[in-house]
Amino acid sequence: MEHTAQHTDVPALRDTETVIATEQLNVYYGDFLALRNVNMAIPERKVTALIGPSGCGKSTLIRCFNRLNDLIDSFHLDGRVTYYGQDLYQDVDAVQVRRRIGMVFQQPNPFPKSIYDNIAFGARATGLTTDLDELVERSLKRSALWEEVKDKLKTNGLSLSGGQQQRLCIARAISTEPDVVLMDEPCSSLDPLSTLKIESLIRELAEEYTIIIVTHNMQQAARMADYTAFFNAEATEDGKRSGYLVEFAPTRKIFDQPAQEATRNYVNGQFG
Amino acid sequence: MTSSTSGPKGKPIEARSQRSQWSDRSFTWLTRLMAFGVAAVLVFIGVQVAIDAMPAIRRYGLEFLVTSSWNPVDDAYGALPVIYGTLVSSFIALLLAVPIGVGTALFLSEDFLPRPVRTVLSFMVEMLAAIPSVVYGIWGIFVLIPFLGPIGDWLHQNLGWIPLFGTAYLGPGMLPAALVLTVMILPIITAIARDSLISLPPALRQAALGMGATRWTAIFRVLIPAAFSGIVGGIMLALGRAMGETMAVTMLIGNSNDLNISILAPANTVASLLANQFAEAGDLQIAALMYAGLVLFGLTLVVNILAEMIVQRVNVYK
Amino acid sequence: MTATDYRTRADRARRAIADQTSGPGYFDLFWTGVAGFFTLLALIPLVLVLAYVVFRGFSRLNWAAFTQLPPPPLAPDQGGFANALIGTLIMVGIGALVSVPFGVLAAVYLSEFSQGQVPRWIRFATNVLSGVPSILMGVFIYGLFVITTGTYSAVAGGFALGVLMLPIIVRTTDESLQIVPKQVRWAAIGMGASKFQTVLRVVLPAALPAIATGLTLAVARAAGETAPLLFTALFSQYWLDSLLQPTASLSVLVYNFARVPYEGQQRLAWAAALILVGIVMLTSILSRWATRKQIY
Ligand SMILES: Nc1ncnc2c1ncn2[C@@H]1O[C@H](COP(=O)(O)OP(=O)(O)OP(=O)(O)O)[C@@H](O)[C@H]1O
Ligand SMILES: [Mg+2]
Repeated sequence: MEHTAQHTDVPALRDTETVIATEQLNVYYGDFLALRNVNMAIPERKVTALIGPSGCGKSTLIRCFNRLNDLIDSFHLDGRVTYYGQDLYQDVDAVQVRRRIGMVFQQPNPFPKSIYDNIAFGARATGLTTDLDELVERSLKRSALWEEVKDKLKTNGLSLSGGQQQRLCIARAISTEPDVVLMDEPCSSLDPLSTLKIESLIRELAEEYTIIIVTHNMQQAARMADYTAFFNAEATEDGKRSGYLVEFAPTRKIFDQPAQEATRNYVNGQFG
Repeated sequence: MTSSTSGPKGKPIEARSQRSQWSDRSFTWLTRLMAFGVAAVLVFIGVQVAIDAMPAIRRYGLEFLVTSSWNPVDDAYGALPVIYGTLVSSFIALLLAVPIGVGTALFLSEDFLPRPVRTVLSFMVEMLAAIPSVVYGIWGIFVLIPFLGPIGDWLHQNLGWIPLFGTAYLGPGMLPAALVLTVMILPIITAIARDSLISLPPALRQAALGMGATRWTAIFRVLIPAAFSGIVGGIMLALGRAMGETMAVTMLIGNSNDLNISILAPANTVASLLANQFAEAGDLQIAALMYAGLVLFGLTLVVNILAEMIVQRVNVYK
Repeated sequence: MTATDYRTRADRARRAIADQTSGPGYFDLFWTGVAGFFTLLALIPLVLVLAYVVFRGFSRLNWAAFTQLPPPPLAPDQGGFANALIGTLIMVGIGALVSVPFGVLAAVYLSEFSQGQVPRWIRFATNVLSGVPSILMGVFIYGLFVITTGTYSAVAGGFALGVLMLPIIVRTTDESLQIVPKQVRWAAIGMGASKFQTVLRVVLPAALPAIATGLTLAVARAAGETAPLLFTALFSQYWLDSLLQPTASLSVLVYNFARVPYEGQQRLAWAAALILVGIVMLTSILSRWATRKQIY
């Protein structure tokens, strides 16, 4: 069980600027080491996909990026998570972090409010003094939902279909103009058609935002992501499985000529 | 698309506005204060009653609990008859309400009847708990007490040799009070027993039936034992409720401070003693009443704490 | 354990159960009959009480009942319970005013901000508080308030009802808040909403229908309560013109007038009982109906 540190050194991604980087990141839930020694640098305005078997800590990692893990009592970490070089866990207000780094969740989770109020929520909460009508329209257009809902902005967000709800959630996430949008399996509860719509939406958004997306769907990663990180989980001495980064590289490389045997097996579906 | 509206990409994350931080902090503290306040109210009630009872506690000590006179003229006070009345009326009510309540819960949790009918019947049983106590009181005075007349007379004439029926039926007394108490605690037992029966895993019943048990064998051998602690918790809550029930009992029990073993005779409970005498009591009498109230507080506290502990353990198990 | 071992045990178990049912279904039939009979027995009082209250109370519900003061002992079928109705409304209102903010905020702490063992203990205390006999809440407020102000009053009565409502409100609000999926909270927090904003603008509005149902039930329960008012508000034959004087209430009116030998007053007591039952039944049924169309 000794392939830990030497395989996790990340190829330098210096063609664009780094937005979020982790350095020797260990994440714990209580005593349990959920992620160990993660070093990666996520490039600006690209789509980065996180793949790997269930329980390897993809969600855990992505939640470290906007400090959503703070909500879990037992959570703590060592190492560093930086945002443009600024340590996110040192003298930084978590609320402010989340205004820069937005999130879309696995289950569509619109507020039980009108479509309009869903989008306007962020601006109202952050005290932005923009034209709300315009903000709602712009956000909905960018998330390709405007045509479908422009006549019923006052209806409850929960009355939309699952795919529409998820696009509403994306519209809501980008309404506050974050730098980064984190997405934790955003398509896993949707039908194929909605999935396609959201995929192409994500590609478009990548022109303006840095997107970090967790997915279980290899094809989806291959289709959308510029870079892909493969995580795996492995039993430590005490029998618990902690996750680690196996390989992080341009997507093409991960799928065509991965450096690691484990990666090859996983992307070819021979994982076991 | 304009990108001019974009946030300050790459700029350091600044601190949050003072106002936002302050509102978070003060709101959290306010809610915490209120939450601890709720717990404090419970303590306050005990402390306040104890303080007001102090003169009587000092004067009568623990003898108060075993003395049976209640005489404002001589300042002689003892709570034995009312404590006895409280315990006995609650006990009779439980004796009747437990089988009826658990039986009803079984009937309404199994599929003897179509689901909509069960829902309506369950709702109706719950409505028993919603009827105000004083309404049971007036109903008891004008309907139940006259109705019980012939029954009480018969009991005394034919079974009068049993001390329980040793006095003539005079109307208000232990019997009508305990019967109304039964009705009032019935919905508590039924609701909690039904909840614990319904929340049993279906596999349990299937396993029993799959082994060839009939429905009622499964109920007695498997379901009731599995739901037992939930049912017991419900019974304890009902007991606490019965001991503290005031209005209906006050209106029906006859408010006599003489200790009498016959359930046909008038009696009294702590709660009805308070209801009856408090408003017109003098200083020492108030203190004695407070002392009695403190006893009631202690009794219901113990019962309710036990009930909560049982119910919580059941919930953890779920 | 060997296979035969297992088989003999299984056989024995099967036989034991088969023996139980040797009577051709009479055992089951008997107990079904008993349970059904008990159910009937449980429902009879409801029907009887409701029938009598409607029957005795309805005929007395004339205009005067709602507009006039209670009648003197020997005046048949005059007067009404107008002052008691007003008193009940005012005292329940005071109770709600005190306990709703108190209870809702406490519940917000329990479900949103607390961690570890603390919320467990406070929930425990809340449940125990809801089991404290309501007459003791009256005793408590008597000692705290009536003695200090030197008078029975609507304010004291309202406070006693407030103490009574408090644990109900905490519990129902706590439960309502917990029904709101945590994903909704994450959504708000993930957008950079502060705790305050998340609770105030997202969680509480989402839980509002359920909270409102709980509050309604608490109010209805308080409206029917008598014991906490007996020596905090006392009673009054007159119109209320100050919150710091003895105050009539419907429930105490029922209590007082049910025990007098004057028919006019007894009939008014039945009518007031009908109003109380009406309030409670109506809110219970309405809240049932309202919970059907909740968000979550
Ligand atoms: N709140 C928590 N408390 C304790 N352990 C947790 C918590 N959340 C996650 N874990 C553990 O951390 C590990 C990583 O979980 P995580 O949810 O990050 O995995 P994942 O890669 O997102 O899996 P999936 O693909 O199933 O979503 C798992 O072993 C999980 O059991
Ligand atoms: Mg996950």
